[in-house]
Amino acid sequence: MTKVKKILRLFQEDLVVVNLGLEAFAEALRKEDVKVLQMNWRPPAGGDQRLIALLDRLEK
Amino acid sequence: MKANIKKANQEAVSRILGAKPTLVGISTAGDAIPGMKRTMVLHAGPPVPWEKMCGPMRGAVIGGLILEGMAQGREEAEALAASGDILFDSCHHHAAVGPMAGVVTWSMPVWVMENKTFGNQAFCTLNEGLGKVLRYGAFSRDVIARLRWMAEDLAPILAKALEAHGEIDMKSMIAQALHMGDEGHNRNRAGTSLFIRELAPHLVALDVDRKKIARVLAFLHGNDHFFLNLTMPACKCTVDPALGIKAASVIVAMARNGTEFGIRVAGLGERWFTGPANMVDGLYLPGFSAKDAAPDIGDSVITETAGIGGFAMAAAPAIVKFVGGTPGDALRLTRQMYEITVAENDAYQVPFLDFRGTPTAIDLIKVVETGILPAINTGIAHKKPGLGMVGAGLVKPPESCFHRAFEAFVEKYGA
Repeated sequence: MTKVKKILRLFQEDLVVVNLGLEAFAEALRKEDVKVLQMNWRPPAGGDQRLIALLDRLEK
Repeated sequence: MKANIKKANQEAVSRILGAKPTLVGISTAGDAIPGMKRTMVLHAGPPVPWEKMCGPMRGAVIGGLILEGMAQGREEAEALAASGDILFDSCHHHAAVGPMAGVVTWSMPVWVMENKTFGNQAFCTLNEGLGKVLRYGAFSRDVIARLRWMAEDLAPILAKALEAHGEIDMKSMIAQALHMGDEGHNRNRAGTSLFIRELAPHLVALDVDRKKIARVLAFLHGNDHFFLNLTMPACKCTVDPALGIKAASVIVAMARNGTEFGIRVAGLGERWFTGPANMVDGLYLPGFSAKDAAPDIGDSVITETAGIGGFAMAAAPAIVKFVGGTPGDALRLTRQMYEITVAENDAYQVPFLDFRGTPTAIDLIKVVETGILPAINTGIAHKKPGLGMVGAGLVKPPESCFHRAFEAFVEKYGA
């Protein structure tokens, strides 16, 4: 199946959405009666670049 | 490095879960606490000089000096405290823990708790009850009179009953209390009841004035927090053997002095990492409100450090009547704490979670990575010395102390 066909098929099926990040996107879809699973996810260290660099030093 | 940290944390968990906290007796601070001196005042949290102490801690110091006969009243006690003749030190530096202000002086009776696996001991004063009490900064005549009665009657009578009973396995008793709706920090009704049940037959058999025994039993019955001063040293002697394990990122102490919140990390030894103590979000006693409150204070957060207290709130839904929130909040907090801990406790369980072990051994790295801070419930003291308790609630530690500790950890162990 081509990529285009796969995408077109999405429009013929019920949507089930997994949302990461801003919950407002999930809320908007819920209002349209779309099933949404909101992931409880935040970027590591709240996205703080300095702390992420420190976390990387422990990975090595 | 990651593999080394994992291995070190497994060792820390093995020591924490392998602990056998056991109540072995009652002594006095002067006789039992290592390094205690007649002119020394121990306090909760990381070290803090008199000049930087918050109101309730100053109140408790004043009361302690009056109790020891070193001052006759407030002015004299304040002058002595500021003179430099009194040695102030953190309870944690002397294998002790103290709730709220945590003030311990020479003549105060203390529980002696021993970790039978490693042989280390921990000490804590006996609980005075709620309201206008020394640990909340009160030092009026009735507060001092109660402390004298505790030293002269309560402690010696309980010591005799305990001797007749024999040592008490605290791990088993705390585990039972969690099955009965306690969490070991701000709900201790079941634990206190179990403790009375153990000692009562031996108390009534003592060759002591029956009126005195009746007063002891009435005091225990009237103080649902009595068991707190037993869970605290039990938790302290449980986590202490993990201090000093190289490369372990498990947190082995959290404590507040009302000015700062401090933590210690297993792999970073005895160094404290601190941040400003936060205000508590809570419920207030009639006549008081948030504007009366002192910041977060006390060593009782050793319970959360060892995997009970706020971490076991799902076991104690009724606690929300004391600290605020809903039973759903209590459940959510416990579930969230699994995100920042290394292990599930093999003795302390939450019945509602299919007897899942409580989240135990906080990992500094996970705290930084997830941004989830340890859940703590606590009492609230009046901000002015002498007034006592004003409420209880939930509080978050400052993020900064975890970040500082993490920086030091990476500096020491990172690539």
